[in-house]
Amino acid sequence: MRRLAAAALAVASSVLLVSAQAPAYRAPRTGDGKANLNGIWQAINEANWDIEGHSAAPGRVLALGAEDAIVPGLGIVEGGPLPYLPEAAAKKKANFEKRLAADPEIKCYLPGVPRAMYLPQPLQIIQSQKHIMMAFQYAGAVRTIYMDEHVEAPADSWMGWSNGHWEGETLVIDTTGFNDLSWFDRAGNFHSDALHVVERITPASADLLNYEATVDDKKVFSRPWKMSMPLYRRKEKGARLLEFRCVEFVEDLIYGALRKPGTRTP
Amino acid sequence: MKHRALASFGVMLVGIAVFALATRGVAGQAPAAPATTKPAPAAQAAKKWTAPRTPDGQPDLQGYWTNSTYVPLERPDKVTKAFYTEPEFAAVVKDAAAREAEQTEPGTIADVHYDFSQFGLDRSQSAFVKNDLRTSMIVDPLSGKMPPLTAEGQKRAADRAAERRRNGATTDAVQNMPIGTRCLVMAGSGPPMMNAGYNSNYQIVQGAGYVMILVEMIHDARIIPIDNRAALPGNMRQWMGDSRGHWEGDTLVIETTNVNGKNPFRGSSERMKVTERLARVDANTLSYRFTIDDPATWTTPWTAEAPMTKSVGPIFEHACHEGNYGVRNTLAGARLEEKLAAESAAKKTSN
Repeated sequence: MRRLAAAALAVASSVLLVSAQAPAYRAPRTGDGKANLNGIWQAINEANWDIEGHSAAPGRVLALGAEDAIVPGLGIVEGGPLPYLPEAAAKKKANFEKRLAADPEIKCYLPGVPRAMYLPQPLQIIQSQKHIMMAFQYAGAVRTIYMDEHVEAPADSWMGWSNGHWEGETLVIDTTGFNDLSWFDRAGNFHSDALHVVERITPASADLLNYEATVDDKKVFSRPWKMSMPLYRRKEKGARLLEFRCVEFVEDLIYGALRKPGTRTP
Repeated sequence: MKHRALASFGVMLVGIAVFALATRGVAGQAPAAPATTKPAPAAQAAKKWTAPRTPDGQPDLQGYWTNSTYVPLERPDKVTKAFYTEPEFAAVVKDAAAREAEQTEPGTIADVHYDFSQFGLDRSQSAFVKNDLRTSMIVDPLSGKMPPLTAEGQKRAADRAAERRRNGATTDAVQNMPIGTRCLVMAGSGPPMMNAGYNSNYQIVQGAGYVMILVEMIHDARIIPIDNRAALPGNMRQWMGDSRGHWEGDTLVIETTNVNGKNPFRGSSERMKVTERLARVDANTLSYRFTIDDPATWTTPWTAEAPMTKSVGPIFEHACHEGNYGVRNTLAGARLEEKLAAESAAKKTSN
């Protein structure tokens, strides 16, 4: 009787094992046999306003009325409020209060990671064997994911230094080498130059990627935390990244006070 | 957060082997037809080189490349032939290096601007296209110079110059400064892609249906779709225009229209069409040929060659706008000078 029960248990476990191992979706292959992530993708969420769950709220600029009001969102952070260290929590609050002056997105600065992934503008993945490039419509930002030779970040940058590898169908990207100048969103969530992001991108269907990022920053947060969201394929005929060369649009904002008195923008 | 000193990167670059471009014409003779690279007899005898393929079957143009060169776009006035001899070319390089070294004369504005003998700014220390003996990039017209301007082209040039004068000094406002100084777009992006003086570096990555050319300055990713899509509608204009590509044999042909006219290449108009041809000549060389077709500006189309040679990565992030202290400090300095001059004048009046 015990032998029969043990055998039944073994069969049941192996059945469970098989179904747990079977991938839910197998993407088409690139020429070198990897999941094909090429294409134009975009997040549909409100994370760029605030990566944490939040209600609608008034905007920053009176004259923009409802167009600038904060759009509500469930948030993309898993497992409760962001675990800020006490001094960092105070800085986040200060960031929020002065966000009109301080949010780097307003000045068309490079968005950093992971913010680039959930901006309300498309991104394009161009995938080769040795490099996976991510190009972003916003500010023409670019990420290079080194798939072949992995070295340590040789210098700090806004978009970080990304080393990638495949774990089955999942692209795993390990990014360090950030400066401390970008934010996570318009709400003032921020990081230091100790930021370390590990992303996992898995095709979930022909037009869907599952995106996860684990964020670790010992100078700002008491523990690592995780965010997750879908990335949707842009399906329109002729879909492409257009130019959002926003430097031109912010010059008067940044340098207007230094214009020669008595002159004005033509 | 520690980061490596750039010295280790410098060691990488010093180790580059720069390869000869097989572009040797008979000294003193202009070619009978628009020149392409002429293989030396030894190369002709060798087996014809075939470009490898990407896993998706495209000709493989991938890698790190530079178009850094000493060849000017137009043939210098005092030069009448299409090719230098090797000693003449060596003298050209030496003269250029000497001119750049002059800029380090202490006490001059040039010295404060850039030290061109510094590694990374010194063209001769990093990879550049060597042994390209042509006296001009322009191969058609045979004069090596751009064709004459049309009447409309001349008028537009005059109008633009007048507008610049009306706008005032470059230090009056950021909008009066050169486009590159404003960190909007630089010569390496084009199209056509021109050497940028320094950081003339490119990274080509190919994915299914696209060729991406990453231009180091200003981190511009030219994403060229390889399909038969139409150009953008006429009311949609971009700084780098709208580029579409297709393969002709092993040559990538890129056609670009819809430029916005705010950064006119050599005085061109919004109607400029650029056709670029990029091909892998050998393991270490890309041939790059571009034709400018703008009947609103020039009487005929014109064509130039600007080959690329293999370089060493990585491409560093060029966060130009984010670090643009030059504009801020130049404007602030000019305003301070005006303030001090006004105060000094007021003192004189009151005395």
